[in-house]
Amino acid sequence: MTTQSTTPARAGSRFGNRQQLQQILAFAGLVVIFAFFSVASPYFLDWANVKGILLATAVTGIMALGATFVIATGGIDLSVGTGMTLCSVMTGVFLANLGLPLVVGVLGGLAIGALIGLLNGLNVAFLRLPPFIATLAMMMVAQGLSLVISGTKPIYFSDVAGFDQLAAGELVPGLPNAVLIFFVAAVLAGVTLSKTLTGRYALSIGSNEEATAISGVDVRRWKVVIYVVAGLFTGLAGVVMASRLNSAQPGLGLGYELEAIAAVVIGGTSLRGGKATILGTVIGALIMATLTNGLRIMSIPQEWQKVAVGIVIVLAVYADMLRRGKEA
Amino acid sequence: MNATNTDAREHHVPQSPALLSATGISKSFPGVLALDDVHLDLRHGEVLALVGENGAGKSTLLKLLSGLHQPDAGTMALDGAPLRPAGPRQANELGISVIHQEFHLMPDLTVAQNIFIGREPRRAGLIQDDELERRAAALFERLGIPLDPRQPVSHLSVAGQQMVEIAKALSFDARVLIMDEPTAALTETEVATLFRIVRDFVSPRTGVIYVSHRMDEVKEISDRITVLRDGRYVDTLSTDRTETREVIAAMVGRQLETGVRPDPASSDAAEREVVLAVRGLSTRKLLKDVSFDLHRGEILGFAGLMGAGRTEVARAIIGADRSTGVVEVKGRAVTVRNPADAVRHGIGYLSEDRRRYGLLLDQDLVRNVMLSSLPGMTRAGFVRDAEGRRVVAGMVDRLAIRTPSVNQTAKNLSGGNQQKVVLAKWLVRDCDVLIVDEPTRGIDVGAKDEIYGLLTSLAAQGKSIIVISSELPEVLRLADRIVVMCEGRVTSTLANADATQHQIMDLATRFGGDRSLVTTGDPE
Repeated sequence: MTTQSTTPARAGSRFGNRQQLQQILAFAGLVVIFAFFSVASPYFLDWANVKGILLATAVTGIMALGATFVIATGGIDLSVGTGMTLCSVMTGVFLANLGLPLVVGVLGGLAIGALIGLLNGLNVAFLRLPPFIATLAMMMVAQGLSLVISGTKPIYFSDVAGFDQLAAGELVPGLPNAVLIFFVAAVLAGVTLSKTLTGRYALSIGSNEEATAISGVDVRRWKVVIYVVAGLFTGLAGVVMASRLNSAQPGLGLGYELEAIAAVVIGGTSLRGGKATILGTVIGALIMATLTNGLRIMSIPQEWQKVAVGIVIVLAVYADMLRRGKEA
Repeated sequence: MNATNTDAREHHVPQSPALLSATGISKSFPGVLALDDVHLDLRHGEVLALVGENGAGKSTLLKLLSGLHQPDAGTMALDGAPLRPAGPRQANELGISVIHQEFHLMPDLTVAQNIFIGREPRRAGLIQDDELERRAAALFERLGIPLDPRQPVSHLSVAGQQMVEIAKALSFDARVLIMDEPTAALTETEVATLFRIVRDFVSPRTGVIYVSHRMDEVKEISDRITVLRDGRYVDTLSTDRTETREVIAAMVGRQLETGVRPDPASSDAAEREVVLAVRGLSTRKLLKDVSFDLHRGEILGFAGLMGAGRTEVARAIIGADRSTGVVEVKGRAVTVRNPADAVRHGIGYLSEDRRRYGLLLDQDLVRNVMLSSLPGMTRAGFVRDAEGRRVVAGMVDRLAIRTPSVNQTAKNLSGGNQQKVVLAKWLVRDCDVLIVDEPTRGIDVGAKDEIYGLLTSLAAQGKSIIVISSELPEVLRLADRIVVMCEGRVTSTLANADATQHQIMDLATRFGGDRSLVTTGDPE
């Protein structure tokens, strides 16, 4: 029954370095990609282009922040993409159709996200559905509802004064608010993951759910909380998306969940749960956006861009597994 | 016991060279010396029983014989030729078949598919399922087992699954058949079938090694008995010429080691306030009307054989499994739906399986120890990590946990230190009632003593402790009173001063007539 054991003293001293190594590897990857495109294309380093990359990162990045929590538990959330769309559409209903005040509409959008998360969490924790199934169902429900509620037509915010400034405005001159929101959300997510019970328990559940339960943690209740947190980020992504487009596009959203998940795994978070960092997710999201942007600037056809992203996912996760393999 | 059987044996027991022998075997795992200079020889045509308490080294020895592990020292031989199986597969090919305690069956495949997995008859690359079933049917007929080869294994009772394992082992041309607690899940009729199969199997060119806790079975089926204790060879006895009592004495051996807890206050523990009262605790699968009291400052021992239901009692109390019955904490009935409720009522449980239920293996000591206590360690919603690290550092000192730092990953610690980490978790949580399940399993002697000392001093401080243990000396050393269980029932509650190992063994093997209830449950 006793199998394991490397020499404790040495493994201990290497532990801190390893955690850092994970961050450094992902960051180095981002730097390499950045450097490559800077050399390959004269337009790449242009501030307008970099701003474009950051803007493109913002929405998937915010979704990926939420997805990180679910993945930390060893679960998966497939509903973030179309869930985001439903939040956009509902924000449109609140603001454009019902004419509610801006703050109410935005909070309403976030609340819809939380509701999506709540239902996911209840299905996973209390009906004990596998997260993949529970959120796959929610993905379809959200997609359908978006189309039904909007009558399959976009909802425009042209008459809602100031809504587009949520994303496009520049509180910090030169930096679009969407990017600022992403960074603030990332800091919030980072603190939540590493400093609050929600984050601690998410990692504990992912590490060993049974031991966590036996230790007296109400695992079912905390799972619901964790999915609600993920839902809040979905809601935030929906609001930012709507503001950026100044419209809610009910047909959008499918496929975004996979980009978000890709960003999370590129950042070194294990799909088996127990290990996750927000910094990794942010870097992962930046890598995805940088890659797509750089390839587009080099006039690589969109089809090939997808191929490249796929290859990067394989490389990133394989590198991460090699690192972990040495650990075991 | 069985006249015809005894007669049949006499022919096969002449002093022939050993069929299977192991000489001077030693094997250590990190932190544990599992086997130390152990001998065993199986003669042609005999059934050799291998007995010993939990942790005596029986399973390790079986794993060496079947090639799962390699010995550090010593030699093994099959018919005089050196035996060093590189793996179970090779051991099989050499004629050694092992029936392990845990089943290794694929529930969704049929009985026949399970038996011939890895050696399916094929034609043009396609599996010949009818040929497969024909062979299985022939095998069952030869063994006299009433099983349908086409049935999925998941439809079988545990006893049925055990029979599939036995048939599978015998489907190889085995010369040595090794059985590890094969009757744990069987009813009496099935045990009879098993014994008939064993007797049919035994011939001048074969032999059986039979591992069991059940003395009556050992007495009935075996020719000789080899006894192990604490990883060492004790003796080999002739079954006919040995009383069961003597076998048990050889097994438990060091019965006078320290003996009763030296704490003078312990004797009046049973007079103090009842902290935890359990009444009529039952589960669908196993437990039947379990009742007992736990007093302040008392250590209550739970003794019994594997599968007696001791762990199930603990899991039912903490709400990890469903049960009926009443649990009272300090005189008030409480509803415990899950372990979180139990912890809220001050009941902590340290599992026998610390890797599965105790530890976050890939997280550090701070995360592990603080896991049960986080809600009390926050300020404005933020976990106070510095404080947690200080508390854990204090625990590392207090329990003498050998670790380079509190940031060490749990999986890098030795078994004993891992166990201290789990204990530390409950000490920080400061539960009034602590249930420890096999607290020293897989732990070396030094760490054992430290854990004994710790539990005793906790009791002296007024904590109430339930110790579940398969090691009788451990129960006798720690407990004020001892609850003995057999097949889900409490057969007796004894004061430690009145208890002897023989008496406990006797109470723990007081099987009722209704043994079939075991077979309706899931595999353990």
